[in-house]
Amino acid sequence: MAKRIEDLNVIDNRRLTDDIFVIELLCDTELPVLIPGQFVQVKVEGSPETFLRRPISIHDVNYKKNTLSLLIQIAGKGTAVLSQLKPNDGLNLVYPLGNSFTYPEDGEKILLAGGGCGVAPLLFLGRFLRSEGFKPDILLGFRNSKRVIEYERYAELGPVYLTTEDGSMGEKGFITGHSVLSHNRYERIYCCGPEPMMRAVATYSLGKGIECEVSLENLMACGIGVCLCCVTDTVRGHVCTCTEGPVFNVKELKW
Amino acid sequence: MVNLGFSIGDLQFKNPVLTASGTFGYGTEFEDFIDISRLGGIIVKGTTLEPREGNPYPRMAETPSGMLNAVGLQNKGMDYFEKSIYPHIKGYGTNVIVNVNGSRMEDYVALAERVSKLKYIPAIELNISCPNVKMGGMAFGTNEDSAREVTRAVRAVYPGKLIVKLSPNVTDIVAFARIAEEEGADSISLINTLLGMAVDAERMRPLLSTVTGGLSGPAVKPVALRMVWQVARAVKIPVIGIGGIMTASDALEFILAGASAIQVGTASFIDPAASVKILEGIEQYMMRKGFSDLKEITGRINNVNN
Repeated sequence: MAKRIEDLNVIDNRRLTDDIFVIELLCDTELPVLIPGQFVQVKVEGSPETFLRRPISIHDVNYKKNTLSLLIQIAGKGTAVLSQLKPNDGLNLVYPLGNSFTYPEDGEKILLAGGGCGVAPLLFLGRFLRSEGFKPDILLGFRNSKRVIEYERYAELGPVYLTTEDGSMGEKGFITGHSVLSHNRYERIYCCGPEPMMRAVATYSLGKGIECEVSLENLMACGIGVCLCCVTDTVRGHVCTCTEGPVFNVKELKW
Repeated sequence: MVNLGFSIGDLQFKNPVLTASGTFGYGTEFEDFIDISRLGGIIVKGTTLEPREGNPYPRMAETPSGMLNAVGLQNKGMDYFEKSIYPHIKGYGTNVIVNVNGSRMEDYVALAERVSKLKYIPAIELNISCPNVKMGGMAFGTNEDSAREVTRAVRAVYPGKLIVKLSPNVTDIVAFARIAEEEGADSISLINTLLGMAVDAERMRPLLSTVTGGLSGPAVKPVALRMVWQVARAVKIPVIGIGGIMTASDALEFILAGASAIQVGTASFIDPAASVKILEGIEQYMMRKGFSDLKEITGRINNVNN
C-alpha cells in the first residue's frame, strides 16, 4: 500500500486517565488499507522542541466512518501538545508505516498480551482476528486499577484477564505470573507493552516454544527506513524498526 | 521559463536541489511521495567497501530545532550497492552520486576506483567529515595534511566529478576548501553535521550510545550559511550548501550567499516531499522576482553595496 502524507481531522479526543488519551481522526479521502501492527508518523506543530514526527501505533480503524484512532500516553512535549488537540484541528500524518503482526495458523490458540499504553495496537489486532474467526484471549497488565484502560473494548473481543502491580484489580503482579498462563496452552502470543514486560513475555514464550511477536517502540526520526536511527539488534544485524518492524518475532531479537 | 540548471564542469544538473547523503536512502524509499526524477540529484547513503553495522542503539536524540545522530555509517557495502541498487539507477532520471567513506586512505581510494567503473555514476562525494566513526571520517577532514592527502589520492584514481564534503568542526573552513580545490576537487559540499551531545538529566546519562553525535536541522543553519558564504568567496569551483534547509527560503539563502546548489537533508525525515516542495518554491521565487536564470542570484548578496 502506497504511503501518504495527509492532513486528517480530529473528531474526538478523549481522556482515559490523567496522561492517556485517544484521538479519533477522520480522513477526507478513502483510508488506505491498514494492517494491525502498523503505525503512523504524526507531525507536532508549534514548537522548535518538537521537531521530529512522533511514531504512534494504530489503535483502531473504522472503515465505515473512515476514521482511525491513536491511543497516546503523554511522555514528553510532543505528546503533551497532541493531548491538547480539539475536534476540527488538523493532524498531519505520514502513513501507513511498518510491517504487521503475522497472520496466525488456522485454529491456533492465541493470546494478546499487553500493558500500559502498549495495549494500543492490540485492539486493532484483536478486532481483525475476531473478524477472521479467531478467538483470542486477552491478558493485560497495569500498575493499578486507576490505570486500567479500554477494558470494555477488549472485553468485546474475548475473555480479558488482568493483573495490577498492587493487586487493586485482577491478579496481583505481572502478566507473566497470571494463572491463565498455567491453565492454557497458548500457541501464539502477540505482545505490546513496556520493554521489560515484552522481554519477560519473550523469555516465557521462548521457554515454552510458543510463537511470540512483540511490537517495538524505538526512537525514530524518518519512519521510512532512511535515517537508520531506530535500529534494533537482530540475528540479521541492525535492522530498522520502522521498516522491518515494528513487529518482530522474538526469535529474531538479540534480547 | 526559468533556468534552474547548474553544472560541475561538464556535468549538468537540471536544478540545484539535491538530497543529502544518509537522509534519502537509495532514493526509492521516497517514490510513494515524490517523483525523484524531478530532483537535481540524489546523493545516496554513505557507502564503504565492506558492510558496516554502525553504532549501538540509541543513535538519535531530538534537540531544539534539530537532532543528533550517531548512526556510524551503517550500510550494506559496495558489493550490495553494485548488485542490488546500481542496476536500477539508470531509471532514476537524475544524477546519482555515491557518498564515499573509509577508515583508511586505501579504503577511500579502493572505493573510488570501484565507483569509477560504474558508468551511470557521474560523481562521488568524498566524505571526510563523518563525526560518528572512530577511524576515518572526520579525522581526515579536520587535519589539513590528511585532507590534502586523501583528496589527492582519490583524485589520482577517480576521473569523474569529485565533490569533497567538508566538516564544520574546524577553526578555518576556508583552509580546507582551498586544499580541496588545490588537489583537484571539482566541487565542495558543506556542511556535514556539527559535533554535539545531549544528556538526560533525569536518568543522569548521555542520550546517545556514543555520547557525542552529529547535529543537523535548522539549529545548524546559521553556521552552515556563514561557512558556505566564506567558502564560496574563496574558491572558484561550485559550492553545494547543506545545513538545516527546510524550506525554499532556506535554500535561497544559501544560493544568495554563493552556493551553486543545495542539499536537503534532515527535512526529508519530517516531510518526505520536502525536496520537491523546495524546488517548486525556488521556481516560484524566481518567477516572482523576475529572474530567468539561477546564475543571476547565485552569490548575489555579495553584489549589494551597503
